[in-house]
Amino acid sequence: MIPVNYYIVLSAILFTIGVVGVLIRRNALIIFMSVELMLNAANLAFVAFSSVIKSFSGQIFVFFVISVAAAEVAVGLALIVEIFKSKRSIDVDQMSSLKG
Amino acid sequence: MTLDLIFFLLLSLIAISTALGMLFSRNAIYSALFLVLNFVTVAVFYLLLGAPFIAMAQVTVYAGAIMVLFLFVIMLLGAESLPQEQVLPWQKPLAGVLAGALMLEATFIFLTRARPVGDVAHPEEAVNKMTSLRALGEALFTQYLLPFEVTSILLLVAMIGAIVLVRKEKRVP
Repeated sequence: MIPVNYYIVLSAILFTIGVVGVLIRRNALIIFMSVELMLNAANLAFVAFSSVIKSFSGQIFVFFVISVAAAEVAVGLALIVEIFKSKRSIDVDQMSSLKG
Repeated sequence: MTLDLIFFLLLSLIAISTALGMLFSRNAIYSALFLVLNFVTVAVFYLLLGAPFIAMAQVTVYAGAIMVLFLFVIMLLGAESLPQEQVLPWQKPLAGVLAGALMLEATFIFLTRARPVGDVAHPEEAVNKMTSLRALGEALFTQYLLPFEVTSILLLVAMIGAIVLVRKEKRVP
């Protein structure tokens, strides 16, 4: 049997890779994918905990997280398409119109 | 070392290396494909944890719908790769240090303060007999009925929002 600690550490590693992706990449699409990776890491921790305490609540919460992620992706990608239409680029460093 | 543990380590190696591949690919399409592989690996983890429904939802919704949407937008915009120019030279080292600190902290707090104890449940029964699936459905439609319905409203709002965002502006005369 695998101790739950291993799953938690794996989840922390995946979450950290997502954080690094948000911090170092400039392509808005890849930043968005990194956010998905972080959501996924949190889901893994949820399912691991729900498997330890033998309850379904964690799995149901993950189901809701997946549906919210689907909604988020639909709106976020629409926003990225709009930004590309106005700026002709999805480099997040270019999105500095509000800078003084 | 048991077979379970070897399997787990192999899968986590795949998950971490595909996540790193997503992070360091220069081409956004390769990133998206690495991420699909990562999602499928996490779905296998869900099967190991005795959550077959979540595993299938992961494959269909994440690896299927969401990533296809991503690939579609990447190809639509033609934004596979950005020109190489580093504007902030201290950005990458600082990000590495901050992320390392975050991982150490998260692992430390999880392992000492949150104290998860015990092993994960044995998955064979849950996956083979689908007993968990029935109980999951019952819980979803009794105890969690209100969040379930609210989710449907959220999806409707997201759909309308996406349509409104990409609609052509009407010219005001």
